[in-house]
Amino acid sequence: MRIVLSWLRELVPVTASVDELTTVFNGLGLEVEGVERIGEGLDGIITAQVRAIRPHPNADKVRLVDIVTASDQTDTVQIACGAWNFAEGDIVPLATLGTTMPGGMHIERRKLRGEWSNGMLCSSRELGLSDDHAGILQLPAGTALGQPITDALGLTPDVVFDLSVNPNRPDAMSVLGVARDLAARLRLAFTPPKIIDGVVNAAPSGVPSTRGSITATDLCDRLTVTVIRGVHVAPSPTWVQARLNLAGMRPISNLVDASNLVMLELGIPSHAFDLDALVGGRIGVRWAGEGERVTTLDGVERMLGTQGTDGVITDGSDATVGIAAVMGGLTSEVSDTTTNLLLEIAHWTPMCIARTAKRLNLRSEASARFERGTDPEAIPAAAARFVEIIRLTCPGATVESFDDIRPVAAVHHSVGVRTDRVNLVLGTALSDETIAGLLAPIGFTPTRTAPGHHDVVIPPWRPDATAEIDVIEEVGRHFGYDNIERRQLRTDLVGRLTPQQVDRRRVGDLLTSDGASEVWTSTFLGDDDLTRTQQRSDVVRVANPMSPEESAMRPSLLPGLLRVLGHNANHRNPSMRVFEMGHVFGTPRPGQILPYERDQIAVAFAADGDDARSAVCELDRLIGLLRIVPAAIAVRHAEVAGLHPTRSARVVNTGTGFALGIVGEVDPAVSQVWGIERRVGYLQLDLENLLAQPRRSGDVASFSRFPSSDFDLAFVVADSISADQVGAAIRDGAGELCQDVALFDVYRGKGVDDGSRSLAYRIRVSAPDRTLGDTELTAVRQSAIDAVRAATGALLRA
Amino acid sequence: MELKDLAVLEADALAAIVAADTPDGLKTVEIAVLGKKAPITLANQTLGALSVDDRKAFGAAINATRSAVTAAIADRRTAVVESARRATLEAERLDLTERLAPELPGTLHLISRTIRDLEDIFVGMGFTVHHGNEVETDWFNFEALNFPPAHPARTMHDTFFLDLPGTDGRRDDVLLRTHTSPMQIHVMQGQKPPIYAVMPGRCYRVDTPDARHLPVFHQIEALVIDRGITLGHLAGTIEQFIAAYFGRTNLKVRLRPSFFPFTEPSAEFDITCPFCGGGGCRVCSHSGWIELGGCGMVHPNVLRNGGIDPEEWTGFAWGFGIDRLAMNRHSVEDLRVFMDNDLRLLQQF
Repeated sequence: MRIVLSWLRELVPVTASVDELTTVFNGLGLEVEGVERIGEGLDGIITAQVRAIRPHPNADKVRLVDIVTASDQTDTVQIACGAWNFAEGDIVPLATLGTTMPGGMHIERRKLRGEWSNGMLCSSRELGLSDDHAGILQLPAGTALGQPITDALGLTPDVVFDLSVNPNRPDAMSVLGVARDLAARLRLAFTPPKIIDGVVNAAPSGVPSTRGSITATDLCDRLTVTVIRGVHVAPSPTWVQARLNLAGMRPISNLVDASNLVMLELGIPSHAFDLDALVGGRIGVRWAGEGERVTTLDGVERMLGTQGTDGVITDGSDATVGIAAVMGGLTSEVSDTTTNLLLEIAHWTPMCIARTAKRLNLRSEASARFERGTDPEAIPAAAARFVEIIRLTCPGATVESFDDIRPVAAVHHSVGVRTDRVNLVLGTALSDETIAGLLAPIGFTPTRTAPGHHDVVIPPWRPDATAEIDVIEEVGRHFGYDNIERRQLRTDLVGRLTPQQVDRRRVGDLLTSDGASEVWTSTFLGDDDLTRTQQRSDVVRVANPMSPEESAMRPSLLPGLLRVLGHNANHRNPSMRVFEMGHVFGTPRPGQILPYERDQIAVAFAADGDDARSAVCELDRLIGLLRIVPAAIAVRHAEVAGLHPTRSARVVNTGTGFALGIVGEVDPAVSQVWGIERRVGYLQLDLENLLAQPRRSGDVASFSRFPSSDFDLAFVVADSISADQVGAAIRDGAGELCQDVALFDVYRGKGVDDGSRSLAYRIRVSAPDRTLGDTELTAVRQSAIDAVRAATGALLRA
Repeated sequence: MELKDLAVLEADALAAIVAADTPDGLKTVEIAVLGKKAPITLANQTLGALSVDDRKAFGAAINATRSAVTAAIADRRTAVVESARRATLEAERLDLTERLAPELPGTLHLISRTIRDLEDIFVGMGFTVHHGNEVETDWFNFEALNFPPAHPARTMHDTFFLDLPGTDGRRDDVLLRTHTSPMQIHVMQGQKPPIYAVMPGRCYRVDTPDARHLPVFHQIEALVIDRGITLGHLAGTIEQFIAAYFGRTNLKVRLRPSFFPFTEPSAEFDITCPFCGGGGCRVCSHSGWIELGGCGMVHPNVLRNGGIDPEEWTGFAWGFGIDRLAMNRHSVEDLRVFMDNDLRLLQQF
């Protein structure tokens, strides 16, 4: 909402500076998004006439312009100018030497490529008047020379505040409402625009209107129709045009401008129809029917929604002539030949208007106000004000009738407000009187029903205020949030992270200490990402994606990590490890509405020497870090989509067989798509599942005081047998004396048959109550060898 | 042998000792000068032939010589061992700058680190931390937070919907949360007051990426519900938090009335620019203030939707963008740099 200071001052006598006003507006919740100072800093700018234009000897894009600032002046002044939109004889603004421009630029005599420039010719933007920077501003022929540009343009210095108005402040969508709020806060007199009495007089109630009717009372609860005769189209008075311009609306004609001026001033939009172009000379309000269309003022044919979604205005033949509260229709638009007006001003149900404006993507200044809710009681004043403005250009205009169709009588809402509740919410100690004193100036009329209890009548311009808390907010706003004393919390609760939250952090810490850097990639993927990584295509889709490349909810972190590796490989950093912890999404489980959303961790290993083994090794380190019972988790070879078919496995819980992740190497064909030319180890785990795996007991286990013994065993093992199977067999065979089984060498080559490899294990054994003797050791060793042979068929390497 | 011979013996022995420069050489000398066949040892055998007085005097002289030589050997041994150790160590000399490219640890993401910092401060203030899902239904994201259908406030949240049938088959029901505030309802449903909770997480809004906005972004939400909680506590708590986070006192919070359907009274909050202390700098556009987020007293309807009686309990909530905070604190010019995850950026975190 652009608020023009001179306009505001007609309603409230503010004298505060712009900076002070900015602070006050912000404190009222009318956030100042920008301040424009109009016509300021134009002191040194005068009108000048171009006498001659010559080429610049040393520059192609700059010309030398000889100007005079008096018609009888004989010696010209030379200006170097880069604009080309003017000709000899044109009258233009000249910033004279010593001027400081609105933008802060200081004008001095200076040389441009060897030629003097004694000032600057100005564009509209350089004068701070508009965004037009297409060329030098040109003034009408005959404009007196040498006069201040402000006089030539009829500019009075003014200030425009661009206020951001929240949805709960429909009243602040008008100069009137802003003035009321400001006056209350600054304790100044508030003078609403004077509306001349008797301009509009409602017909006696009970007489059916011949000019208007409401069929959809859930859409519109007050419709007024003013018939005005004897008008003609003309330009608006200069001051009206100036105000509209400053408020950000383009002046069009007296009839349209009057409607806009009233809307800006009082917050009440209206729509003027050409009475004679309106079939039957009457209007109605109803819901649009199935398949109905209307061509709006902007010339676009709009398809209206099915029953009960869009409101329309109809003519006497029930044909649609406009979309209610959003935009008028083309057929009955006022035109150059209009002589009689039907002015429609109505009160609409905000939600209905919001729905239609959104559905048609058609937001107008009017719909913005109706969406928030307008003041139904201000309608007659708005009609009178409209007539007043019209009479400035059409003194003979007469009001033939004013029909006020109001099926339901006005209701004045009131809410009960408790002083102690006000003070509890705000943290204040306000008295009944102070509260009443803060509310009354903004039209909330309090009556004290009992000590500490108020009955507050809500003003009709605040339809958002329906409950006690809404009134408390108003008290707080006008008391001033800055005046509320700061207090500290005093809680006896203990704050802490949950064990899962602590573990999640520790997982991230381990990965970083293992050289992996954390990345955050987008949750959105494209179909390419899915097919390239061989993901299932039945992923969760975004209904309104910003682009096709961002239309799928990631089912896995893999594509994101590969994109990161690809980007960095492309920037000569192919060697890196990265990980991400983030949510992934699957289609809803049966009976669920929400997608299957999981917290996942994925690590990609692409440092020098990395491959699938790096990933498995990291898995073991995670298991160790989290004290997960090692036997609870197994790595089971399997072909996994997107991974190297002979170097991939599922990570499963050995008890339930439930997979909690995958480990291995990215299929080279997949990583190459992203320009990654090296092996990429990959580990992906469901974090919640990982953290839910059985943990080793927190109790410290005792260990033997007696020395342990180590022995090594090497087996020739067929490639089809996993090392884990051999290790498990050794463990079984060695029995309860076995403390540790560690694979320390893998050998393929001479002396070992093709299709097999030698796996060497170091086994540590000890007993709690004695040092193991040779006999016992030999027995354990043999038992382990036997167990391996029985379980896997592998023999001790000769 | 006479005393003067003894003096010569001693002088020779000492010379040999000094000449020995290795532990082994010294050992050889020791045997030569003090061993069974050494002249000094043999000199004892001549004592028997001397008179009692001479024997006494000469014996004492021999012992003195022996002591002197023994002491000299001990001294020399210390020196020789030390010099041998020196030689060994010298041979092991390393150029400590002659090392292969180190394998550095990886880094946590800046956003992740910021979330941890924030969580830790709130934990220190007695809060618990809650993480939630990014997909919500309309009820949690809007309706329970007092956004009626078609409320204009919804237009401030450009929402991504998922292509899934929602409640009653509605196609505009399952959505990506536009803020962390739905977590307020989840937390209220999960525990009884008093509640002191923070909820960081990823949020989504349809927004063309630019230097200060990404469609995927992060927020943190703080929720306090207890008896007697006031707007004054809200402001005081924010001040307490920013003092801890920025590590400096005298940072003020400024509340500007605003509108959020789920809080009332609502405010946007600015803090004294922690980078210049309010004097004005580039980060705060020379205003002395930084806009941080939104806050307010939890709306009675929201408390009711969370199953809490607003007459018994009051509370406040506030939230702000984590990305923007990290951006300010770490001089990130453009949020879009986060999208590439360039190693040259990650390594700086």
